[in-house]
Amino acid sequence: MSEQATETRSVVVEREIPHPPAKIWRALTQPHLIEAWLMTNDFAPVVGHRFNLRGDWGGTLDCEVLAVEPNRTLSYTWNFAHDDETYNLKSVVTFTLTATRTGTHLRMEQSGFRPNQKQAYGGAKSGWQQFFAKLEQVLARTD
Amino acid sequence: MHRDLPLDLSITRKLYVKINSQWVINQVPNAHDVLFRTLADPTRRALFERLCREGEQTVAALTAQAGVSQPAVSKHLGLLREAGLVRHRHDGRQTHYRAQPDALAPLIDWTGQMAGFWQSRFDRLEDLLKRMDQ
Repeated sequence: MSEQATETRSVVVEREIPHPPAKIWRALTQPHLIEAWLMTNDFAPVVGHRFNLRGDWGGTLDCEVLAVEPNRTLSYTWNFAHDDETYNLKSVVTFTLTATRTGTHLRMEQSGFRPNQKQAYGGAKSGWQQFFAKLEQVLARTD
Repeated sequence: MHRDLPLDLSITRKLYVKINSQWVINQVPNAHDVLFRTLADPTRRALFERLCREGEQTVAALTAQAGVSQPAVSKHLGLLREAGLVRHRHDGRQTHYRAQPDALAPLIDWTGQMAGFWQSRFDRLEDLLKRMDQ
């Protein structure tokens, strides 16, 4: 039980998007575009660059760029510090873009959740309610 | 990590203190905690996975491949049973166990929530891509 911290889980979300990889790459790497779909940020596509993602619920994620391969792969840490270890989140988000005949296959993998994780995304739950309605649809599609 | 103290730090703290002051909650582990704790043990997880994969098995059959003694297997199976992850039935001198995969539902809960988060963000991403120039 003492080494359970080494046990981790991942969340994978994949989608076929009818736009070319280069265009999606811009949306993933330009701060004003990232803000339009994800969160406010001070991102730069440079390995080792440290930045924050600020959620509309008020929480701040600590991030560091791990991998940049234009139009193909983007990876950064997605950490949320909390005094209570079970709320602490240390994860890695990796976007993988693969060109298809009709556009791009976009894959997002977020890994690093521990089995005893109490909250997957850190911070307050407020502001996330909007997603729970969608969750039902997501789960309905799962099986 | 604390270069930019988030505005909600006080809220987070309050929540934390509040949680800590209610030790009663921590003393009565909820179904989530029991599930996580039960599956955190690799031997128990292996037993559960095997029952999911291969269907109902006797304790003897499980012991033959578990790499631990039969009393140890029985103890692990008992804990899996308490967590609702397995069910058992007696048949003569044999005890048969089978998995209850439905018990995992609370466990996929937060991964499902996170997946829901990304799905909705990808919806926004697609909206943005439609607005962007080529």
